[in-house]
Amino acid sequence: MPRIFAYIQHRAGVVDDSATDLLAAAKQIDANLAPTAILSGFGADLDAACTSLRSIFGEIWKLSNQVLAHPNAELVRQALMAILPRNGILLVAHDHFGIDLSPGLSIKLNCAFVPDVLAINRIEGNSVELVRQEYGGQVSVHVRCDISAGGVINIRPGAFKTEQISAAPAVIVDKSPEVGVLTTRRRYVETIVAEAGDVDITKHNVLISVGRGIQEEDNIVFAKELAEVLGAAVSCSRPVVDAKWMEKSRQVGSSGKTVKPKVYLACGISGAFQHLAGIKGNPFIIAINKNPKAPIFQVANIGVVDDILEFLPVLIEKARESRRLAA
Amino acid sequence: MDILVCVRRVPDTSENEIELNAEGNDIERDELVYSVNEPDNYAVEEALQIRDRVGGSVTVVTVGGEEDEEVLRRELAMGANQAVMISDDAFSGSDGRGIATILKHFVQKGHYDLILTGVQADDGAGQIGGMLAAMLDYPYASLVNSITVEEDKLRVSREVEGGNKEINEIEMPCVLSIQTGINEPRYVGMRGIRQVASVPIATLTAADLGIDPATVGERVAKVTRIDYFVPALGQGAEMLHGGRDENAEKVLELIGAKGGAK
Repeated sequence: MPRIFAYIQHRAGVVDDSATDLLAAAKQIDANLAPTAILSGFGADLDAACTSLRSIFGEIWKLSNQVLAHPNAELVRQALMAILPRNGILLVAHDHFGIDLSPGLSIKLNCAFVPDVLAINRIEGNSVELVRQEYGGQVSVHVRCDISAGGVINIRPGAFKTEQISAAPAVIVDKSPEVGVLTTRRRYVETIVAEAGDVDITKHNVLISVGRGIQEEDNIVFAKELAEVLGAAVSCSRPVVDAKWMEKSRQVGSSGKTVKPKVYLACGISGAFQHLAGIKGNPFIIAINKNPKAPIFQVANIGVVDDILEFLPVLIEKARESRRLAA
Repeated sequence: MDILVCVRRVPDTSENEIELNAEGNDIERDELVYSVNEPDNYAVEEALQIRDRVGGSVTVVTVGGEEDEEVLRRELAMGANQAVMISDDAFSGSDGRGIATILKHFVQKGHYDLILTGVQADDGAGQIGGMLAAMLDYPYASLVNSITVEEDKLRVSREVEGGNKEINEIEMPCVLSIQTGINEPRYVGMRGIRQVASVPIATLTAADLGIDPATVGERVAKVTRIDYFVPALGQGAEMLHGGRDENAEKVLELIGAKGGAK
C-alpha cells in the first residue's frame, strides 16, 4: 500500500474545511491508515495550523519558509517535489489552489493525476478506481488510474462523508531544511476582495436564481418581476455573469457568493457542483428546468420540467393575483 | 507578442442533454451538437485582443481529427493568424499527460511568448495547461480572468474563492488557463466562416513533430475511463406533473409556506 499524504491549506492559523475531506478520502483508500498531512507556510500561523491537526493525522510534515507565507502554487510545487517520496499518493483539495498546483506537480513527479474526484472505490495492485463527473454532473464516470509511480489526486470539497476521528497526538516533522532555495517566475502581488453589489443576496430569505436557461438578457426581467412581487432578490449562476447580464455580486457558487436563503428557486439552472457549493443552510430548493435530466433535480426538493420562459410569466401572474386577493 | 491558443471541439452542453448510450460505456453521441469548448473561445478572444493592442500573432492548435477542423475554421474567422491541426493514429486514447506531451513537442518547434488554454472542458479535467507548463518549465497560472501586458511580463488576475481576485506578475514565456467571463467573445457568423473556407490549415503528424509513438496514446495512458454511469438518485426532487397553471400555483404556495410569505 502506497504512503498517503494530504496537502492541507490554511489561513491565519486555521486549517481549511477541506482538511476533513482529504482525511475522509484517505480513509476510503485505507481505513486503518493514518495519512500524513503536509502544510506549508511561515511563522506562528503555520505552527498553529500544524498543531490543530495533531489529533486527526498520523504525522504532520511542516514546510516553513518566508516565501511560502502566501500560498503560491508555483513555489509550493517546488517544495513538494523536494520532499515527497516517489510512489506516494498526494491528496489535494480541488479548489483554485489545487487546480493551480496539481497538474504540473504530477508531471514533475512523473506520476498520474486525476482531478475533481468524488469517490475512491478500490485499490487493486497498482491501480485505483475513482469516480468523477463530466458534463456539469449530467453523467458520472469510473476512472482507472495507474499509481505504480504514485499519484496526485484532487478531491472535490464536500464530496466525502467525514466522520469524527481521533488519533494519538501526531508528531510534527520539520521538513523545511530539505527544501532548499525556492524561486519562481510568478510573483504574488495582492488579493482584491470582491466588491459588494447593490443588493446583498446573502441576506435574503427567498432567492429567484436564474441560469443559462434564461437565454437572453432581456428575459431577466421575468426574474426581477417575480422577485418584486414576492419580496425576493434575484441571484444567478455563472453563465449569466459571464455573459455580463448580471453583476458578479449576484452570482451564487464557489467563485461567487455563499447564500443561505429559506427558499431557492432555481430557474434554468443545471446544477453544476460549483453552483451548488454556494448554497448552504439546507434551503427548500424548487427547480424549474426543461431538461428532465438536469443535475439540479437530484438536489432539489421540488422539480418542474418546463421552459422558464413559459413558466415564469404564469408564475408572476399567479403571484400578482394572490397579492391582489390578499390586499 | 506571439500567442498560441490550444482549443478543443466538445459536445455543446447548452445544445444537448447528455445521456448514457445503451451499453453504458460512453455518452450517447448520435445527434450530438459539437462546438468549440466554451472557455477556449474566451482564450482565443483574449489572445486576439492582446495581439491587437501590442502586435504579434495568434496561432490556434488542436489535437484531433478531421471532424475537429471546424473549430479551427471558426477561430480563423474570429481573426487568428493561423491554425494547426495535430493528428495521428498514434495519439488515440491519450490521457491528459499524452495530450500535453504532444503539445509540448509542437511548442518546441516554434516560438511563443504566451500559451493559453481554456480553464476546462466539459468532458475534461482542466489539466493540459498546468502539465504543459511543467513539461516546458514555464511559469503557470490557472483560472485567469484578466491579463495586462507590462513590457516583458504580464499582470494577471486569478479567480479565487468568493469572487476575489488574486493578482500575480508572471514572466514570459508562460502558460495561462483562461476562465470564462474574462471578455466578450466576438460573434462569428456563417459568412465569416465561409470567408476562411479556403485558408490552408497545416496538419502535423507524430513524425512531423518528432514524437515517439511509444510516449503517447492509449498504451501509456495512466488515466483511463472504464465506463459512464448515472448514479442512483438520493431522495431526488418530488416532480410536479400538473399543467403549467397548476404547477405555478403549487410553486407559489410552497414559496410562501417555506420562505415566510411577504
